[in-house]
Amino acid sequence: MIRYVTRRLIQMVLLFLVFLTVTWFLLYILPGDSVALKYAGNPNIPPQAREVAMERLGLDKPVLIQFRDYMFNFFQGDLGVSFNQYPRPVVDIIGERLPRTLVLFLAALVTYYWAGFLAGKYLAWRRGNRGEMLVTIGGVGLYAMFLPWFAFMMIWLFSVSLDWLPISKFLDPEQWRDAPFMANDVFLRLFWVTLIASIAVFVSGYLARQTNNRRLGRILRWGGAALGVGGFFFYWFGVDSGQAMRVYAGDIGFHMILPVLTLTLINFAGVMLLTRSSMLETLREDYILTARAKGLPEGVIRDKHAARTALLPVATSLVLAVATVIDGGVITETVFSWPGMGEILVSSVVSEDIPLAVGAFSFIGILALIGHFVVDVLYGLLDPRIRVTEHG
Amino acid sequence: MAETRNVPEQNRMEDPLVSAAIGGEVDSWWKIRSALMRRSFRDNWKIFRRNKVGVFGLVIIAFWAIMAVMPTVFFATGFWNPAVYDPVTGLELDPPTRTMVMVERISDPDTEIDRRAALLDGRIPDTLQVGDTFDLPLQPAPPDGRHWLGTDPLGRDVMSQLMHGARASFFLGILAAVVTVVIGTTVGSMAAYFGGVVDAFLMRLADFLILIPGLAVLIVIGAVFTFQLWHLAVVIGILSGFGGTAIVLKSQALAVKVKPFIDAARVAGGSARHIIFYHLIPNVMPLSVLYMMFTVTAAIQSEAVLSFLGVLNTDTSWGLMMNLARTQGYLLQVVDFWWLTIPPGLSVTLLSAAFFLVGRGMDEIVNPRLRRR
Repeated sequence: MIRYVTRRLIQMVLLFLVFLTVTWFLLYILPGDSVALKYAGNPNIPPQAREVAMERLGLDKPVLIQFRDYMFNFFQGDLGVSFNQYPRPVVDIIGERLPRTLVLFLAALVTYYWAGFLAGKYLAWRRGNRGEMLVTIGGVGLYAMFLPWFAFMMIWLFSVSLDWLPISKFLDPEQWRDAPFMANDVFLRLFWVTLIASIAVFVSGYLARQTNNRRLGRILRWGGAALGVGGFFFYWFGVDSGQAMRVYAGDIGFHMILPVLTLTLINFAGVMLLTRSSMLETLREDYILTARAKGLPEGVIRDKHAARTALLPVATSLVLAVATVIDGGVITETVFSWPGMGEILVSSVVSEDIPLAVGAFSFIGILALIGHFVVDVLYGLLDPRIRVTEHG
Repeated sequence: MAETRNVPEQNRMEDPLVSAAIGGEVDSWWKIRSALMRRSFRDNWKIFRRNKVGVFGLVIIAFWAIMAVMPTVFFATGFWNPAVYDPVTGLELDPPTRTMVMVERISDPDTEIDRRAALLDGRIPDTLQVGDTFDLPLQPAPPDGRHWLGTDPLGRDVMSQLMHGARASFFLGILAAVVTVVIGTTVGSMAAYFGGVVDAFLMRLADFLILIPGLAVLIVIGAVFTFQLWHLAVVIGILSGFGGTAIVLKSQALAVKVKPFIDAARVAGGSARHIIFYHLIPNVMPLSVLYMMFTVTAAIQSEAVLSFLGVLNTDTSWGLMMNLARTQGYLLQVVDFWWLTIPPGLSVTLLSAAFFLVGRGMDEIVNPRLRRR
């Protein structure tokens, strides 16, 4: 397992180097000195100032030297300075935006995978000819839905017509006018508290699954869930620092509902359809017949025997879904004006803010690589065959 | 496959394939081949027809195909005047109007217009006084007999744009799919046939392409180059052809490679090129058609998203219609200006869903395991 992980890790690093190189050449070199055009191509600037600007940006050096410098600086955490938000370093902007994307991404990923798997499982279990075509067409309709349009319809429905949820953006500026906190601090606090609470729930759930003792398992599962959820609420209502931030954290959470819901609905159908067909195939296997013959309860056959095996192809699709969800995130962030990586990628590309575009794009690449890596390792844990063959 | 099937006695003499096989009158090879193709098409159509979902998708595609041809017919017969109905430069000069009264302070925005607001409005003559009535041209105008889906904020016919958008989508989707299939089958077959270094290189490249978020890449490429529609189609085709499609087709080609007729071809002295292009590729073709359908879905969606974001350089497309509705601020007025938002969004969804459904229907032909028993 360890050898497998290290090998994947080295592959990932090499891939990232290739990715960064291609990105850099694509964005810095191909546009034909777009940096110079943006900065020094203005005819109102005297030639001396232009030369100074070129020199300061390192554009007078040969291409390969520029590339070498960029790479060295990149790995020392210096990605240059954004043109549009001028003196602000790119790293600073990305550091602010990355957690916001990550939260949106993770929340949507967990929700839609869980919901899609559950729905697909029950659909396969109750395979009826009447509902089948309807569900397939509905699922494909959602799967092929034009995401920006769907997102705007969601905004129109929930924010304009029903007026339940905020239209867009990350927070409500009126409420934050004399807030004693920085939005980012509140957001990071929200992020960490939620993360710790959900880790508590998942770890206890995992341990509950590992024990053979039924009572202990039940105690672990429900106790862990209660600990996670209770701890989450205790922090915001019981602890002083949490109480002070509660209103603002709630505002951010309130703004998050609609984007997460949109991303979930869009992606959920694909998982549902896949789980359904994978489950249908599993149900034809002989060991399901054996389980039936043994007289096991239906629920046990469905959840413990069939769904376990049916999960494998679905988990494989997760590998491919990482890129899709990131793509969906780019659109969702743009439509909802959610200040994340996708939103800055689009806005920096449209306004030709090259350093920010390269930075954002490379971090989206890192996100995809890490997501891919995590899913790969999880897959190895899930499927014993991979672990065994990789050892040999 | 076809040779092993039982042919009824009375058909034997009429079927050129059978007559060639039983040593009767020998036809030229292309006659045999076309008979083979016709027969497999007929058989596959029978399987496909049983799948209602796939047929439903085919009906939607046919509907849009007719829509895409319509403007040519309308312009040719003179039913539509290009000056009015052109999707890009057309302009309705005589839009419906609403009588407004100019007042100092506005109380009913449907029948009154503010004096100061009128000064800024280019549609209203400066000579108008308070208390005068005025016929305000409505643009975007709601649907009527001349404009079946109304006009957009620039006074252009929405129906015409929708039909031209269908044409653009078909062009883009089919070109992208063809590029994908040409690259995917070649790369997959080469990786399977040669193995070793070639295989490792091509498959690592495919892994890499699967991994990177395609839309982000297209946005970045769109920023660097001025993107035309066919550029986009080729880029999507390359990304998908070297990526996911190549992996699937390689596994299929591996299964074909171990069949005896490949060995026979090699023993008979066939070169690698001959075997790949005459024996491997024709046998992975059916599966590649399936991936063609999925590529069309992806291409239509990517195009719509890119034009919606304003990164693509096209004349008319469904995404561009949405972009206009968005930049002009009509996107959230779904009830009042439904003809600006619903048709393009629904069209993208319907057409890409239709190709996907047809792909699923074909899946049953290619993977016999999925058929209902």
